[in-house]
Formats: sequence, structure tokens, C-alpha cells
Amino acid sequence: MAARPPRLLRHLPAMIYAALVYGFIFLPVAVLVLFSFQGSRIPIPPFNGPSLKWYAAVFSDSRMMDALTNSILVALASSLVSVVLGFLAAYALARQRVPMAGLIQGFLTAPLTVSYLIIAMGLLITFNAVGMPKSLLTIGIGHVVINLPLCFAIVYSQMGDHQANIERAARDLGAAEWQVLLLVTVPILWPALFASFFLSVTFSWDEFIIAFMVSRFEVTLPVEIWSMLRSGLNPKTNAVGSFVFLISIATVLVLDLIVFRRRKT
Amino acid sequence: MSTGGMTTGGMTKEGMSAAAVELDRVTKRFDETLALDAITLAIEEGSFVVLLGPSGSGKTTLLNILGGFLEPTNGRVLIKGADVTNVAPAKRPTTTVFQDYALFPHMTIAGNVGFGLAMQGVAKPERRLRVETALEMVGLAHTSARKVHQLSGGQKQRIALARALVVEPAVLLLDEPLGALDLKLRCQMQEELKAIQKRVGTTFVHVTHDQDEAMAIADTIVVMNEGRIEDLGAPERIYLRPRTRFAAGFMGDSNFIAGRVAEAAGGRVTVDTALGRFAVEGAAEVGQAVALSIRPEHVQAVEARGAARPLGIARVLESGFFGTHHQCTAKLDEAEQPFKVRLPQKESIAPGADLALFVDPADMVLLTG
Repeated sequence: MAARPPRLLRHLPAMIYAALVYGFIFLPVAVLVLFSFQGSRIPIPPFNGPSLKWYAAVFSDSRMMDALTNSILVALASSLVSVVLGFLAAYALARQRVPMAGLIQGFLTAPLTVSYLIIAMGLLITFNAVGMPKSLLTIGIGHVVINLPLCFAIVYSQMGDHQANIERAARDLGAAEWQVLLLVTVPILWPALFASFFLSVTFSWDEFIIAFMVSRFEVTLPVEIWSMLRSGLNPKTNAVGSFVFLISIATVLVLDLIVFRRRKT
Repeated sequence: MSTGGMTTGGMTKEGMSAAAVELDRVTKRFDETLALDAITLAIEEGSFVVLLGPSGSGKTTLLNILGGFLEPTNGRVLIKGADVTNVAPAKRPTTTVFQDYALFPHMTIAGNVGFGLAMQGVAKPERRLRVETALEMVGLAHTSARKVHQLSGGQKQRIALARALVVEPAVLLLDEPLGALDLKLRCQMQEELKAIQKRVGTTFVHVTHDQDEAMAIADTIVVMNEGRIEDLGAPERIYLRPRTRFAAGFMGDSNFIAGRVAEAAGGRVTVDTALGRFAVEGAAEVGQAVALSIRPEHVQAVEARGAARPLGIARVLESGFFGTHHQCTAKLDEAEQPFKVRLPQKESIAPGADLALFVDPADMVLLTG
């Protein structure tokens, strides 16, 4: 029987493969972040930092800060609306006898399969037709369109029969329908609601196509970055890009800490 | 058997029994299937009633109609004289102990037990007191600050009971509450349920498919099959004098001997069977096809006692030891079905052996249905 090669050697191909995959995914991000600390005007090697002046430039750019505020506003508001609507739709379909439930469920989740470009065009045509001016509201509506199916799917998947029985118990003990929802259904579904809210926030936060097409004067951060990129690369774009990335990571971390850690207990 | 005018108290005295629950020709249809077929039943105040039947017998449907989770297709439901047929569960004086407990996982034990009181708007200090009393009743006062997932199955069961009883319902409904527990714990909980019911005096309606459980806890057993009531009465009466063949077969083991009525007079019936002629109590028409039911423990083997008559010599097919007794199946040449016979603990018998069987006609039950 041949001696097995040492452990390290056996795992070497897998390790190289993993290093390549992670490198491929994260190297561009690492480069982006690194050159956001560039000392000179061009974000290409050699690196001559570190310097925080580009971050200072970003945070003193009032247009950039307006876009940042808009982004946060749109992300939070559209996610909240998506979660509430998605939850109510899931509750109705999981708990009530709804006529044509299959069809409704199909229509609710269909936007997940449609490209953002098509959705954006559809929204643009609709907003024009009804005479709705492009604004943060239209961007928010667009983000609800893409995030509601996600929220619905997540919440619906967590509404099992066992929970239906718990809701029956609450009704049996005298709870009115709104009390069942607020005191039993929502608290039990809290992790799912939280997860869908934070996922919606991250999707809305860096969504570009819809925000670009249905906005005019008030824009979100990705749209502002895009218009900045048109005048060429400079470390300021790197800095704002790094910032966007940082917020996304932070959101995912919060989600992980609150929702998934909790579930393990 | 007729479903008209039955009371769990046994005798019906119109207007005298204080009925906690009255069902008036309650019918439930699910699409094509008839789950309940015009059930009429009165449940006496303060009694422990067990709805017993196999799955699909309609017992759970009946419980759900009592709790308000289902509406009957036809008929009326009265609780303490008030028509609640179309009243929502929240507005009914009933509470339910669910099979899977259905405790609120996000609340503490005290929060669970106090939920119903909070819904009734009971003020906090009083609520705390009543929750404490309810938890003491089930012996779990020390768990009030814990979360549901920290409890064992038996403890969850007790909390579910405390949660349902603390609101002082007119009727407590129990939906196979002991089904998920192991045998030992189940027996212990049966005793406890019975004791708690006696203490609080609330009317309990308990659903189970376990006849031993039914006999252990019930004041009155309602045997159900295919959406109808087969038999209703005290456990002893149903076991010893079942009214239908189904009730005889479902409540414990029974041997059935087919026969035809030869004579009938003065509350006694003579039945001709392949095993001979037997005179038993009951009423039937001459020429009617009937069955005689005899419990395995009433079949006497080897030697006859009292008024027992010989059935013949049977050949033992199988034999098994059940702790308190041996049970064997033995085939008589004249009988179609092998007989189930119970032998004393220390009397084992091998398959293939011959066994003389005797039976006292007084132990036989005439079944016409």
C-alpha cells in the first residue's frame, strides 16, 4: 500500500484553487480600496499613499453628500415598504383561502426573474403615462418592485403549519386578528422580517439601472458615482466606491450577527 | 345506533341536566366526504368526556367545531345554552390544548400562561397572581421566567394545560394532547389530567384514538366511527355491554360469533350459532342476523366455572406473553374466525396444543347493529 502524501500536499490543489477564486473576486475590490488612499491624482501604480485627502474630498462634496442622504432615505423607506407589503402578502397567501392563490404567488415572485433594465423601462413608461415626475419617490417605487418579491419569498418560506397552529392558539385565547399579527406572527417571524429588510437595504443601496432611469435632479449615490466616472478615473471615485462597499459589508455583518447568530441559540 | 337525544349522563331527563355543551344535528361536509353525520349530543357540566375513535372517525372535526375553528355545514352548537355555531374562537368560552402544544416560542412561560388573561384585559397584578396559581396547579411554578424551548415535552404539555385553564373556560378542549409523550409519561399525565379536572370542575372534552387512555380518564366515552356516534356511556358499560360491533371491537379485543335469532321473549334472546344455541340478554326479532361478542378474558379455557358452557376443543395457533397474562389465538373447527383467549400469567401454552373452551352466556353481548 502506497504511503499517502502528506496532508499539506494533498490539500494543496484545493488551496490554490480557493486562493485563485477569492483572488479573482476580491482583488479588484482590494485594488479599489488601496488606491482610494492614493497620494497623487491618478489611481494607478505606483502607490504613493496613504492619504485620506480623497475621502475628505468626497465628504466635502455637497452633491455627493446629497446623493448619500438620498440613497439612505430610499434604501430605508423602500425596504420598509417592501417588508410590510411582502409580509402581508405572505400572511394572506399562507393563512387564508385566496382565490387563484397560485397565480397571485406567481405574479408576486415574477419580478425576480425579470432583468432590472426591463423593469426600469416599464416603470419609466408607466410614470410617463400617468404623469408622475421623476423623483426619489419613483426610485423608491422601483426598488419596492425589485425587493418586494424577495421579501415575500423569504417571509412566505418561514410561515409553516406549526406556526399556523400557534396563531390558532392565540385566537383561541381571545386575541383579535390584529393582536395575533402583532403579538404572535410578527415576533415569531422577526428573523425572517429582519433578514428581508437588510437584504432589501443592500440591494437598494447599490442599485444603479432603475435609479438611473427613473431619476432626474435628485439622484442616489450609484447614479452620482456614475456621472463622476464620466469625467474620468480619479482616486475620489475609489474613495466613494470603498465607502459604498463598506456600508454593504456592514449591513451584511449586522444581518449575520442579529439574525443568524440568534437562530443558532 | 340512533343519534337522537343522547346525554353523557346516561339517562336523559329533559330539562334537568345542566348541559355544558349541546350539539344539535351537527353535520360537517368536506367537499364530497361527510365528516360528521347529524351528531346530536349533550355534554353534562363538569364531566370528563372522551371522544374516542380511529382516524377519520370525525372526532377531531367535532372538537374543531366545538372550538370554533370549523363551522358546521348544518346544525347548531350550544355552550351553556347560548348558540355559538357561528361565533369565532376568540369569542367562545372554550380553550384548547393542542396536540403540538402550540406554545408561543418568543414568550416566557409566564407570558404564555398570561396571554389569555392579557387578551381579556385583566390588570397586571391580578394576572401575575392567577398565572402563578395556574403554574402551581401543574407543578411548574419555578419555570415562569424560562423560555419555551428550555422545557421538556411533558412540561410543555402542562404549560399548555395551564395556559388554557387560567382563563377559566366553560369547556376545555384537548386535542390528542398526550400523543407525543412516551408511554410512562403518558400514564402519569393521564392521572394528572384526571386529578386536575376533578379539582377545577371544568368540563373537559378530550379527543384520543387510544382506548386505554379513554378508559383511564373518562367519565363518559363517546365512541365515534365514520362521522357517527357508535356508543356513548361510562367506560365500564361500554367495555362490558357495547352497543355496536364497532364499539365492541374498538374498545379492547373481542370475539364475534355470527348467529340468527331463534326465540325472543321478555328481554331474553336465544341465538343459534355454529357453536351451539345461546340464550343471552337483549332484544331482537326472530330470524334476525345478529352477532354475539365475547371478550378474550371471558373465554374460559381447560375447565369451566359457574354456568359456563363448552364451546368445543380448539387448536392453539399462536401464543404470546403480555406480562399480566398470556394471550393466544385458537381455532375451533366449527367457527370461521380463530378465538382470542386470555390465559393466566403462569399458564403458557404452545402452538399446536388442544384447548377446551367454555363460555358463560352471561358474558356474551348481543349485537344487532
